[in-house]
Amino acid sequence: MVGPVHGIMTDTGFPARELGEVQRRVGFLKIGVVIVVGLLVLRLWQLQVRDGPHYQDLSQHNRTRSIVLHPARGLIYDRRGLLLANSVPSFNVYVELSDVRNTERLVQKLEELLALDARELNETMLTRDRTRVKLKAGLSLKEAAIVESHRLDLPGVVVHPEYQRNYPQGSYAAHVIGYVGEISEDQLGQEKFHGLVQGSIIGRYGVERVYDRALRGKAGRKLIEVDALGHEKRTIFVENPQAGNDVYLTLDFRLQQVAEDALGEEAGAIVALDPQTGETLALASRPGFDLNALSRGLTVEEWNVMLQDPGRPLTNRAIQGQYPPGSVFKIIMAGAMLGTRAMDPAERIRCGGGFRFGRRTFRDWKAGGHGNVDLHAAMMQSCDVYFYRLGHRLGIETIATHAKRFGLGRRTGVDLPAEAAGIVPSPEWKQQTRGEAWYPGETISVSIGQGFVTVTPLQMANVMAAVGNNGTVYTPHVVRGVRQREPGVIQEWNPSRGHAVQLVQPQGLHRIRTALAAVVAEGTGRRARSSVVGVAGKTGTAQVVALREESEDDAPKKFRDHAWFVAYAPLARPRIAVAVLVEHMGQGGVVAAPLAKALIEAYLSDPPDVESTTPASSALHSRARQEGEAGHG
Amino acid sequence: MDEPWTRSRRPDGFEWGLGGVICALVSIGVLTIASGTAGEAGPFPIYAKQAVWVGVGSLAFLAMSMIDYHKFAVASYVLYGGGLLLLVVVMVDGKSTRGAQRWIALGPVAVQPSEFVKIPLLLVLATYYAAQPRHGWWYRVIVPVLITLPGFFLILKQPDLGNSLSFLAIYVTLLLAVGVKSKTLGLVCLSALMLFPFVWGEVWGSLHDYQKERIISFVDPGYDPEGKGYQGLQSRIAVGSGELLGKGFHGNTQTQFKFLPDSHTDFIFAVYAEEWGFVGTVLLLGLFLALLLLGLDVAANAKDLLGTLLAVGVVGMMTFNVVVNVGMTIGLAPIVGIPLPLLSYGGSTTIMTMAALGLLWNVRKGRLTSWS
Repeated sequence: MVGPVHGIMTDTGFPARELGEVQRRVGFLKIGVVIVVGLLVLRLWQLQVRDGPHYQDLSQHNRTRSIVLHPARGLIYDRRGLLLANSVPSFNVYVELSDVRNTERLVQKLEELLALDARELNETMLTRDRTRVKLKAGLSLKEAAIVESHRLDLPGVVVHPEYQRNYPQGSYAAHVIGYVGEISEDQLGQEKFHGLVQGSIIGRYGVERVYDRALRGKAGRKLIEVDALGHEKRTIFVENPQAGNDVYLTLDFRLQQVAEDALGEEAGAIVALDPQTGETLALASRPGFDLNALSRGLTVEEWNVMLQDPGRPLTNRAIQGQYPPGSVFKIIMAGAMLGTRAMDPAERIRCGGGFRFGRRTFRDWKAGGHGNVDLHAAMMQSCDVYFYRLGHRLGIETIATHAKRFGLGRRTGVDLPAEAAGIVPSPEWKQQTRGEAWYPGETISVSIGQGFVTVTPLQMANVMAAVGNNGTVYTPHVVRGVRQREPGVIQEWNPSRGHAVQLVQPQGLHRIRTALAAVVAEGTGRRARSSVVGVAGKTGTAQVVALREESEDDAPKKFRDHAWFVAYAPLARPRIAVAVLVEHMGQGGVVAAPLAKALIEAYLSDPPDVESTTPASSALHSRARQEGEAGHG
Repeated sequence: MDEPWTRSRRPDGFEWGLGGVICALVSIGVLTIASGTAGEAGPFPIYAKQAVWVGVGSLAFLAMSMIDYHKFAVASYVLYGGGLLLLVVVMVDGKSTRGAQRWIALGPVAVQPSEFVKIPLLLVLATYYAAQPRHGWWYRVIVPVLITLPGFFLILKQPDLGNSLSFLAIYVTLLLAVGVKSKTLGLVCLSALMLFPFVWGEVWGSLHDYQKERIISFVDPGYDPEGKGYQGLQSRIAVGSGELLGKGFHGNTQTQFKFLPDSHTDFIFAVYAEEWGFVGTVLLLGLFLALLLLGLDVAANAKDLLGTLLAVGVVGMMTFNVVVNVGMTIGLAPIVGIPLPLLSYGGSTTIMTMAALGLLWNVRKGRLTSWS
């Protein structure tokens, strides 16, 4: 069945001529094919041989990613070994920007799956100077599962199990422990943070910050092979991270709780020190904050709320709050007096309720006055007139010199960030800071802890510790030691960091101690009197505004006085020195003294360290208790 | 008609060569697909599927080589009409993938008529030129264009830029083979240039965004290298990183880690090039060159014009596919989506290519035997 086609060809004789022509042309087609294939080979030579190494390089880079393995931060314990800070596993989701091909679609997907904010995501994605950015930290298990199951829709998105700082004890001791956060762009360039990388967690506050080098550990590195979606296929190389060293605080967490609970909702600070070492047993500042929330990272709004909080929760009042000491400054005054012999402690001064100086009369807190008082009585009843007269005789320079010996007017050197120095005024100081001359009347105000003089609660606690331990001003500290992960040994804190200061003659100091014991036993600080231990203390009321005429109760709270109480116990060889400050709560003897007593009793009834646990009962303790006005400052 | 003699004849050296090249190419194809899809879970691996398609293709090869090609010529217009009808069916009721409607579901498998319709086109055009002298630009140039265009546009509309261009290539090859007087060629070129602005809008508008982007990124490779030029770049990295000797079988990191999309279909050459390096690619192109030259040899020695034109058409189609596919893989041509004959995964393309080679075999056999 040849068919008509064949027939036509043979009929016309056309095919033969045309066939020859076409078949001749096939030769040209052959040449054409050879040339075209030759061109392909040429191009392949160019790609594979000439530029081969370059593409080999690109391909290597294509499939390997270097991932930073962040170390687990060191643990933080209190002095009894109670865990205060640890690290818990957490899922963080990252995006490898070089693996993202369609940013728009990815943002849409992420918004849909993880409910992330599209606007923020777009900003993040545009950070082209980084290769890997964290999209969200602390994913729930469900969210992590969602990301994993949508891998194909989320090119470049990877979930990494990492560590999240965790504070098992809640918000107690927040100002001491501090919090952590991701290193900032600026910090990355600083020498102090050498060796850290993008995404490293650093201490931002408190011990976390001061002991960051010890706690932070060393980051590791993992080189992995990835597919085009950025998902791990194979591990090429791992350098394991090294966990940070553990830090042991001097804090007795139980005591810290007592202190913070005692303050409750009131703004204020309580500091408890071991007078024999300078170790900080409790360092409470209220209001506080939730350190877990801060370490997770706050949103901008949350930050603003916290920063604008009138209670200033981020301020550590124990070391940053600078308050007029009020009558607790009379301890310093007594020290100055005994150190200079400007006045005989046995000399009786008549207190008629006021001290006339120039055209002005400085009033005593007690309208009728205290009658004739010597140092002991003046301290016990907190007679203002006695100290007005004393201050006038000593002069401001002498007062300043002795205040500085007690450690006022400069930072104590506690191992916490941003400590305030307080002010010990002097004519020189006033000239420098205000450009004004010193008025003699200002010396009179300083004599009872008013005027320009300010102190921090920690400084006052340290003063009490020095009085209690017979004259050594230690550098208070919150960290006892660091346990090195490597050799596994605890580096003990060196207690010799304290500097012994000869405050006054030992007999002089003894006078002050006896007076302070009397304050609690029968003076203004009777509310600190304990049935289990002898307590020495001093009340104080720090004026916020110089309006003594007004009734305290009628004044708006922010104009009310601050209540002070400083104490130590037991009387013989004190094991705890306490400073209590409650803002705007009026008289220290009423408000602050009971808090100090609670703290002292809590500590001495269950002391963390071996030593003797029997509270020494003193002669003062058994003295007859006097009735009378309990509070004053 | 002494077909029994033909059937019993033992293959000569030429046929051993052609058969050997084809076998080598499909084997390389299956192995490379196996390597390129390694690690992909599935009850039936893709390379095994491809082996099945090669088997089916062999049957198509046998069928196309055994029936006298003149009989195909007689049926060509009907076959072509049927092909166009299938394309219309695709347009009306086809399956869509990636926004292109190219497939007809045929039981468990999807068939791509745009591949198969190339053979009827080849038959029609060859038959048209071989039937009688076609003199003058109208009969020689325009009428065949009119025959080609319906199919061209139907395929372009799917859209399937690669296959529609491959469709045109068949026409151009045949036109080159029958020859055009330079005046006519000049006229065609001139009118093509004049028509270009009008047709361009139509062609460009029918393309999908991803296709437009591929073309833009070819014209300007620096244009958003992370986005549109991604495929081209990854493909060049795959090929280039193969260097002289390649990374070895299964050493293809570019494809194993899915940097290269479509690695077992349109970009199979990149997988191969990464594994076997320059030595391997030269060898592969050598095999293709051998296939094409053998095919042109068949054309040069065919007994009649129909045979010559069919052989030239098959070679032209193959040449276009090989050159454009390899060209786009190595950054010489825009990424238009054309499979590499015999190597790329795909039932339709494999069966069609083997059927076309069967036709070539058929023409070769016709030289040695008398059909009449």
